Amino acid sequence: MTLKKIEINPMTRLEGHGKISVFLDEQGNVDNVFFQTVELRGYERFLTGMPIEEVPRTVSTICGVCRCVHFTAAVKAADAVYHVQPTPTARKIRELLLNAHYVEDHTAILYALGFPDFVVGPTADAGARNLIGLIQAVGADVGKLVLRKRYAAVKVIEMLGGKPIHPVAALPGGWSKRVTEQERTEILALADEMVELGELTLKVFGDVVLKNQDYMDLVTGDVYKVVCNYMGTVDDKNRVQYYDGTQRIVDTEGKEIGRFKGKDYLKHIAERVLPWSYLKVPYLKNIGWKGIVDGEGTSLYSVGPLARLNAADGMDTPLAQEAYEKMYATFGVKPVHNILAYHWARAIELLNAAEKARQLASDESITSPDIRAELWAPDEGVGVIEAVRGVLIHHYKTDDRGIVQEANLIVATTHNNGPINVAVKRAAEHFIKNGKVDDGILNLVEMAYRPYDICLACATHTLPGRLPLQLDVYDCKGELYKSLRNF
Amino acid sequence: MSEWKPNIVVFACDWCTYQGADLAGSLRYEYPANVNIIRVPCTGRVEPEFIVSALSNGADGVFVGGCHPGDCHYKEGNYKAMRRFTLLKMVLTGMGFEAERVRMEWISGSEGKRFAEIMAEFNRTIEKIGPNPFRRDSNAG
Amino acid sequence: MPDKVKLAYFLSGGCGGCDMAIIDLSETLVDVLPYLEVVFWAPTVADVKYKDLEAMPDKSIDVGLYSGMVRLSEQEHIARVMRRKCKVLVAYGACAALGGIPGMGNMHTREDIFQTAYFDTYSTDNPEGVTPQVRCVVDGKYELTLPEFYGYVRPLQHVVDVDYFSGGCPPHHSFVGQAVVAVLEGELPPPGSWITSGKAVCDVCDRNPAGRGEQRHLIQSVKRTIDGVPEEGKCLLQQGYLCLGAVTQGDCGSLCPQVNIPCRGCGGPIPGVKDFGLRAIGSIAASLEKEELVEQIPSPVKLFYRYSLPASMLGRKIK
Ligand code: SF4
Ligand code: SF4
Ligand code: SF4
Ligand code: FES
Repeated sequence: MTLKKIEINPMTRLEGHGKISVFLDEQGNVDNVFFQTVELRGYERFLTGMPIEEVPRTVSTICGVCRCVHFTAAVKAADAVYHVQPTPTARKIRELLLNAHYVEDHTAILYALGFPDFVVGPTADAGARNLIGLIQAVGADVGKLVLRKRYAAVKVIEMLGGKPIHPVAALPGGWSKRVTEQERTEILALADEMVELGELTLKVFGDVVLKNQDYMDLVTGDVYKVVCNYMGTVDDKNRVQYYDGTQRIVDTEGKEIGRFKGKDYLKHIAERVLPWSYLKVPYLKNIGWKGIVDGEGTSLYSVGPLARLNAADGMDTPLAQEAYEKMYATFGVKPVHNILAYHWARAIELLNAAEKARQLASDESITSPDIRAELWAPDEGVGVIEAVRGVLIHHYKTDDRGIVQEANLIVATTHNNGPINVAVKRAAEHFIKNGKVDDGILNLVEMAYRPYDICLACATHTLPGRLPLQLDVYDCKGELYKSLRNF
Repeated sequence: MSEWKPNIVVFACDWCTYQGADLAGSLRYEYPANVNIIRVPCTGRVEPEFIVSALSNGADGVFVGGCHPGDCHYKEGNYKAMRRFTLLKMVLTGMGFEAERVRMEWISGSEGKRFAEIMAEFNRTIEKIGPNPFRRDSNAG
Repeated sequence: MPDKVKLAYFLSGGCGGCDMAIIDLSETLVDVLPYLEVVFWAPTVADVKYKDLEAMPDKSIDVGLYSGMVRLSEQEHIARVMRRKCKVLVAYGACAALGGIPGMGNMHTREDIFQTAYFDTYSTDNPEGVTPQVRCVVDGKYELTLPEFYGYVRPLQHVVDVDYFSGGCPPHHSFVGQAVVAVLEGELPPPGSWITSGKAVCDVCDRNPAGRGEQRHLIQSVKRTIDGVPEEGKCLLQQGYLCLGAVTQGDCGSLCPQVNIPCRGCGGPIPGVKDFGLRAIGSIAASLEKEELVEQIPSPVKLFYRYSLPASMLGRKIK
């Protein structure tokens, strides 16, 4: 069989990002598609030998965008290594930090990546689809407003964590610095701004997307749809949680098919190594490896905003709950498999996190001096949190001095590796017909993975923004016939 | 390969080890000719940078010689040197160097014979463990 | 203010945190945008292609910021292109200037890293014992390629000449703001220097004994941050927590000590210091009371070279 090979190569060798290879059959239709991740930095290896308490501030650099999640997952793992629970105050401080981070991160993603797509239109020139373009489009005043409100969240991270980008204040069993009453009132005021930002963002989403029938067709249509299982963290009422809870798995019909906590992740998840990608493909062990396919019976699962909402029964704050109900009423089904709804879910969570931050900052007991719990002999621990982009697992084994001997990290983008492959393939199949490949196709294929916000930094370290793509078309003899690139 | 002779750098305190080396010379105690002595005012002046510079410039063995404990002309210089040296050695072994490649000893001005003996011994040690692996590594590209 | 300053930004092997520090300028960013012409900002913000950058006349860009370390051949390539096109090239942030945290990868071989990632990690399922291949054929017909995973990390100056260095992981946004203003006003130090106030973290730290009229003494014990609770207001190092503030540039304003956490040196070496880790070793060892305390320091390489191993004299572990 002769195949044409198209390579969509996003700066891979340059950044070590991802790349997409499309194979066409003799008719020029899609035969197969591979989304490859070409990057590996070896954190799991070089964390060994480090004292576990130094790990949170170190792993935070896995990603400068979603740094607080690695930081938090690692300190939870460090708690587990030392067999302690953080003091109630320390837990509140950590949760506040994480929620502020959600606000900040979701804002960055939506405004830098989600909205520009819709504001200028999915097939428009990509040139304006960026933060600077958006600031120019909406005007400096609105730009400043959003940036200022986002900065409110950054400020909270800095006050609590010590540094705004890579925080340092987490310690096993607690936190290194207490919150003063003065700081609490300051944070409370900042949290109000964050809630306003959440409301503003949902309104922008409503105005730009929900009121535009063309976009709604795209959002609810079949091209950008991946039918898979979902995993997300919930509380005892099955409401979406970020800092702590139980990981719940629902199937393609929304039926609960699994629950786990901590180290039990190993009973539910395995990661398949592939010779063609640096990124492993996780799947649900109970179902067994079925390959990279979606639909009923698949063992692939998604994580992240939409997956969390799908895996839960609701939100734990009033404004977010209202928005949650509205979203599912619009689709009329649950789970929602339309991946463009990831952006919608993101906006809902932004508001949810802001409301939670406000609740936490309203609680005066957060200023208690009781921020450090006593540690026990260290050995092994798992920290699972709901990172902005999905379930994040940090697992460490230490010696009796708490020096890391082994580390295992499963980051959100890794969980989504399978579904992303499916999404990209579906879009390619839809848009590449009879060997016709033009520039617009790049955008449309890109849109298939952008909703996952492939923590471009975690797995591939690019800021939220456009993933540079190269599309190489090969003729049947494997020779380069056409090359398109957007970088 | 058999032609290879270790390149040995010695940081010698002017108040003691350097005098010891001098004495060894005048009394005609033989020590290997491939030992290059650098005179320093006190081992307390030997910064970790000096030792690593020597290694990264291709020295196969680095030796620091100073006054016996209690005899440092600047009182504390050799104690400080010892702490630095121990910590540096931990780092160097962590970076893949053999522990024997760097050595610190106290040799007074009157110990000319001992100086020569220690140098001969250090030279044998280095001959045994072979050329500076850093050089080997960077040559290999 | 002069005409618009032409700016290029490239994120290489970093985490994106350095870019975020620029976004964190927030309103200041919106204010300075009119004075900047962003001619290239990849891969994050602007849609300018590499070939556009390559086509620009040499030395036509006023300032180039390069963030992240260099590990892959294309990163090296863009570094060279940036060097040709920019009048001033800045190694921006700890990764570019020193190798950064990912530089600790230089302690391990490629084989080591593969073994961990694809075999030893607990959740790995690798029934056929495969590892990612530079070239492989799937199902007998799909030929796929991957870039090669190189063995070690380099800081920017090991690849091209660098005019300025900026420390910090990432540089604090308030400092970035000052630096941007300095650039706009053409007030730059002599080429080859770090953009820094020149002060050490200790110099700007409230805990500094000197600032409180106290003498420093030799420290009696080595503590980890899990050991005990540091006394408020007192120097961390004096209490046994190995704080590297004395040898680190303090442009962050001593952020870590402010939250009771010792400095790990992300700011880069104070002026005049070539090898951060060695100077830190010298400084910490000199402040210990007894030689035996040295043995209580866990994994010293990954402490003293947390951010700077690739830029150090030795650079990477000997294989
Ligand atoms: S210096 Fe720090 S913040 Fe900047 S890219 Fe490197 S790891 Fe990220
Ligand atoms: S050693 Fe650390 S705590 Fe002490 S003065 Fe310096 S920066 Fe501050
Ligand atoms: S105190 Fe040290 S480690 Fe912390 S931000 Fe400042 S320079 Fe970096
Ligand atoms: S004077 Fe000889 S070691 Fe100090």
